[in-house]
Amino acid sequence: MDFRLTDDQRALRRGVRALLEGRFGREALRAALDRADGEGAAGGRERADGRLRGDGRVLDRGLWRELGAAGFFALRLPEGGGGAGQGLPEAVLAFEEAGRVLLPGPLIATHLAAGAVAGAATGEAVVTSADGGLVEWLDEADVVLGDVTGAEPLAPLDPLTPVHRLPGAGAARTPDGLLVSLLSAAEQLGSAARTCEIAAQHARTREQFGRPVGAFQAVQHLCADMLVRVETARAAVYAASVTADPADVAAARLLADEAAVRGARDCLQVHGGMGFTWESDVHLHLKRAWTRTHRAGGATRSEEELAEDLVSGAV
Amino acid sequence: MDLTYTPEEEEFRARLRTWLAGVLPTLPPKPSPHDWPARRAYDLGWQRMLYDAGYAGLHWPVDAGGRGATPTQHLIYLEETEKAGAPYVGANFVGLLHAGPTVASEGSAEQRARWLPPVLRGEEVWCQGFSEPDAGSDLAALRTRAWRDGDDYVVSGSKIWTSHAEVADWCELLVRTAPGARKHRGITWLAMPMDAPGITVRPLRTLAGSTEFAEVFLDEVRVPAANRVGAENDGWRVTMVTLSYERGTAFVGEVVACRRVLSEVAREARKNGRWDDAALRRRLGGLNAEFRALWRLTQWNVSEAQGTGGVPGVGGSVFKLAYSHARQELFDAAAEVLGPDALDLGREWTLDRLSSLSYTIAAGTSQIQRNIVAERILGLPRGR
Ligand SMILES: Cc1cc2nc3c(=O)[nH]c(=O)nc-3n(C[C@H](O)[C@H](O)[C@H](O)COP(=O)(O)OP(=O)(O)OC[C@H]3O[C@@H](n4cnc5c(N)ncnc54)[C@H](O)[C@@H]3O)c2cc1C
Repeated sequence: MDFRLTDDQRALRRGVRALLEGRFGREALRAALDRADGEGAAGGRERADGRLRGDGRVLDRGLWRELGAAGFFALRLPEGGGGAGQGLPEAVLAFEEAGRVLLPGPLIATHLAAGAVAGAATGEAVVTSADGGLVEWLDEADVVLGDVTGAEPLAPLDPLTPVHRLPGAGAARTPDGLLVSLLSAAEQLGSAARTCEIAAQHARTREQFGRPVGAFQAVQHLCADMLVRVETARAAVYAASVTADPADVAAARLLADEAAVRGARDCLQVHGGMGFTWESDVHLHLKRAWTRTHRAGGATRSEEELAEDLVSGAV
Repeated sequence: MDLTYTPEEEEFRARLRTWLAGVLPTLPPKPSPHDWPARRAYDLGWQRMLYDAGYAGLHWPVDAGGRGATPTQHLIYLEETEKAGAPYVGANFVGLLHAGPTVASEGSAEQRARWLPPVLRGEEVWCQGFSEPDAGSDLAALRTRAWRDGDDYVVSGSKIWTSHAEVADWCELLVRTAPGARKHRGITWLAMPMDAPGITVRPLRTLAGSTEFAEVFLDEVRVPAANRVGAENDGWRVTMVTLSYERGTAFVGEVVACRRVLSEVAREARKNGRWDDAALRRRLGGLNAEFRALWRLTQWNVSEAQGTGGVPGVGGSVFKLAYSHARQELFDAAAEVLGPDALDLGREWTLDRLSSLSYTIAAGTSQIQRNIVAERILGLPRGR
């Protein structure tokens, strides 16, 4: 047993991080946000119909193709079939990086469609998929999997995740539910680790009462608890990527959701008034984290599965 | 990320299982938790069996009489002994997990030869005399004095919360040898024989009703200078070695045990009807996630330790924070399942719920662990 990342896995993580930092750094994030936000703040009510302004495109198709070229979507396809021949642990590392930078788009659906839907593997096609009572990125997708008749747009909580509501709440679970949960957990992990970093960084530099606010124990302990949740979730998510065991995935999902949501909230608290602004990125992490918690049945389903696991397994 | 075990590790596991299956039925009945001499005899008896079978000091270096097992083998050992229901390390805790490893890494050849074999063979019990009435979290503020008189140190002061003091042969004792120096600088680590004249042990009753720990009063106790481990006034560094072991693998078996208890709690809920309460059911599901993750975190920490040559890192603080909290949540949930029976001290989980309260205090409180995480991992400025 050696649970640590292999050298190849570290290299993969470095590669994805470099690609995303170069192609989707803070400026790109804010530009995407501005596109999604349309003409400005006054439009809140008008936007309630969910229609996008301008050319209606928020997703950067050039970036999508670059992700395709870098193997983000084809990562797990066999090497002969145009893929990188990697496994779930590598996919989890890549999605963790996507979560760190708040990379927008139906990444999971497109990744899972690679090899099955033409153009998904190379990033030529944007693929989305119905998931329970919701579907993300419906208007921008080239291919939609699942039944989306009667889809009604919502004014999306996360400006960078447009969502439609599907009739008949809690529709049947998608066959890919397990992988959606796992990759979603990986994104949550990346976001949680990032908000912990941002919080600690802010706490080291922002001064009040003549010292960095990070010297105050109340702030220190918020940050420490963030890290504890991140590292616990990390162990669970990585292990689930190795075992692909449904109970391990459910556990990973629960802990990663919690680490991301609470991490973003605590990060907001550490930032004070700045944390409540549109200008700060903290709300983007929180809103995305909240959005991800709705995927593949959410916390209720995971907890019920894990409860069942306690009484069904052999003692 | 490899969670599979090598053929050698699997063979080690299989051999251990076979041995456990044969030896556990031959154990004498468990003594009453209040009968300390009997508990000592029981714990030492088990240690002797381990020794005879070649499992004593598994994770100790070979030149200290150990087996030089890898952290992974140690993990397998802790997992399998717990799963098989083998006795807990008990009174051998300090000898095997604190004092022994400290002597092994900091002691002279003579000291190792004197103190390590009896620990491994289950002949001597150690206790830990660190905390004092005025030095708990701020351990370096300790005031128990020791001064040199010929070949001896003469020690006066008092220790508190000393677990197993009543039945210990030796005490790893921290004393102040340079009263004028800055507080971390004037501390020395001594091995004190518990039968030396001038030692008074007064048991303290815990909230669970038992006497797990004691006050230890020291009135001009003579401790040979040869019993000093490390240099005079270098005791703080020596102590840090000990503490890192304490926070390293001390809880592995307990995580395995908690997972078993959680299953039992869920089954009990199914039996008594509490299972129909969705909120409670989901709470148990959430705890399943926590303990699964804690097991993975253990494997993570063990893998890291394997990479750094066996020295546990600050990851131990992260683990202890999460684990101590989860353990308390577990027995709170068990109480919820028990309903009115949660008021019955005759129920094992009721007693366990009481003892779980010590987990966020002993071996560094949760607040102190958070300070450590904030300062050493996140790089925040020293708190005030
Ligand atoms: C079951 C049990 C067994 C034990 N066994 C042993 C043993 O065998 N040998 C031994 O030497 N000791 C032992 N201890 C002692 C244990 O190590 C101490 O209790 C512990 O270090 C805390 O010290 P204290 O009790 O003096 O509490 P204090 O240090 O007085 O703490 C009181 C409160 O203040 C908080 N606090 C203190 N300092 C800070 C700070 N800097 N920042 C934030 N909060 C702070 C603490 O978190 C706590 O909530 C044992 C304790 C228990 C409960």
